[in-house]
Amino acid sequence: MEVTAIMQNIRFLTAGDSSLLIEFGKEISPAVNRKIAATVQLMKDQNIEGVVDVIPAFCSLLVNYDPRVIRYEEIRERMQALVKVEAKAGQQRRKVFEIPVCYGGEYGPDIENIAEHAGLSVEEVIELHSSRDYLIYMLGFLPGFTYLGGLDERLHTPRLANPRIRIPAGSVGIGGSQTGIYPLDSPGGWQLMGMTPVRTYDPSREVPILVEAGDYIRFVPVDEEEYNRIREAVARGEYQCAVHEGEV
Amino acid sequence: MGIRILKGGMLTTVQDLGRTGYQSQGFSVAGVMDVRSFKIANLLLDNPENEAVLEFTLIGPVLEFTSATIVAITGGDFQPSINGEPVPMYTALYVNKGDILKFGSARTGSRGYIAFSSYLDIPVVMGSRCTNMKSGIGGFKGRKLQAGDYIGFRIKRRYLPFFLSRKLDLDEFDQEEAELRVVMGPQDDLFSKQGLRTFLTQEYTVTSDFDRMGCRLEGPFIAPKNGSDIISDGIAFGSVQVPSHGKPIILLSDRQTTGGYAKIATVASVDIPKAVQRKTDHKIRFRAISVQEAQALYLKEMEEFDEMRRLIHQPCKEVLECRLVAKRLRKLFEEA
Repeated sequence: MEVTAIMQNIRFLTAGDSSLLIEFGKEISPAVNRKIAATVQLMKDQNIEGVVDVIPAFCSLLVNYDPRVIRYEEIRERMQALVKVEAKAGQQRRKVFEIPVCYGGEYGPDIENIAEHAGLSVEEVIELHSSRDYLIYMLGFLPGFTYLGGLDERLHTPRLANPRIRIPAGSVGIGGSQTGIYPLDSPGGWQLMGMTPVRTYDPSREVPILVEAGDYIRFVPVDEEEYNRIREAVARGEYQCAVHEGEV
Repeated sequence: MGIRILKGGMLTTVQDLGRTGYQSQGFSVAGVMDVRSFKIANLLLDNPENEAVLEFTLIGPVLEFTSATIVAITGGDFQPSINGEPVPMYTALYVNKGDILKFGSARTGSRGYIAFSSYLDIPVVMGSRCTNMKSGIGGFKGRKLQAGDYIGFRIKRRYLPFFLSRKLDLDEFDQEEAELRVVMGPQDDLFSKQGLRTFLTQEYTVTSDFDRMGCRLEGPFIAPKNGSDIISDGIAFGSVQVPSHGKPIILLSDRQTTGGYAKIATVASVDIPKAVQRKTDHKIRFRAISVQEAQALYLKEMEEFDEMRRLIHQPCKEVLECRLVAKRLRKLFEEA
């Protein structure tokens, strides 16, 4: 969708006396997502007094504010002006986080299910899953849980009929048309295909969550030996994910 | 120097105004349910506005003090007593080392608060001391309190000026019916005219499905135009979500950051305390007001807090009168 088309679809909706919901159309697309990420970045740059928190989602942005500092009319006007700012070419950076994954075996007990469902070999599944960058549309559900877009259609796999009671943090899986990483131990019904030694969420770290909506994730296959080496480095606090930056 | 939990009650947690600034990463805000009672408890002790307190639910805890401090108890009436003697609420209370503060079950309301002049020694995690039970972070080890837990104090603070003036009128929570003022939206346009009328005219009943995440109501079906599923978006404190079963759910402190059901309206901030102090089978009605009215009410409540601060910072009249009597007597003696 073109930026001008997005602009025409923007609606400002009240969500009580302390929140404003900005709806950027009703379609999930990378263009809408970029517009939302750019708006959040502009808000950070301008540091609007009275803004308490923001929740970017697939095609909306919830702005929580303190009415003691800024009133409804004022925040609405500020945001109306902000969404009109068009991102200049090259201004938006594309940030890709490399997430090492040990696929299959005890790390990914359902990878054969996925392969069987897709009519592919396990090697082909790994190749398909790790050969593209996934856009992080939003984070939600659990701290650091990413809603990723762009999973190859051949890999779409239904959730397990019987959800697991406990899926360990770091598990990488597929649920329907979604793929992602479990940030902490949690019950869940996704088909598990591998594990990352990287802690996508660590409350004791200065930056508890590595990624933001608008960033990309690339899964990089590693063998068990490499997995263990990284896991030990993570435990020592010495591991940093490779990050590639470029233009959008 | 602190408090020992002898009984945890039903659900007692360390809370403040919540962990804001991380919702874009999927962190629920958590924080106190009844912001008004929380603010009054801290205000009575000249605590910072966002100082951590204990929030308890339906059945209160039993605490033993291992050092002297000053406390203030607000919210629903949990029949507090110190060493077996009933003590007043909405009042600064001096507590001695070894005292046992006992709360019973909620006679009125459903949530109570206790603030401490010596500040609970709870580490700040991501800008807040509040407990997020789902993520297991913040508060006391990320969980609710239980017998045997010990929380220290950060400072010694056993003196407050105008101590005898530190009492305020009680907020009453004994009504079984409440009218909640709401600001319509963000997705009120997804409901039919009939559905909107039902929501704003009919009575809803609080079910037992009522926790820190949300409060499910039972009552007449609120009709959507064509289904109530939306593309997941952010949720505000007090938003009223109506899934396809047509019954409203008020989303509260531990709500998820985002959700995929239409939200017909959002409860005005000043009325959220009324909502969270309900009990099962209580009745709720909704009335629409404008966002401007809701903000004016919010600002008026801030002025009310300022007035409370003024009231508790003036010399106690009874004490003043004693001095006056003493002065007169002295004069008489001197003349004699």
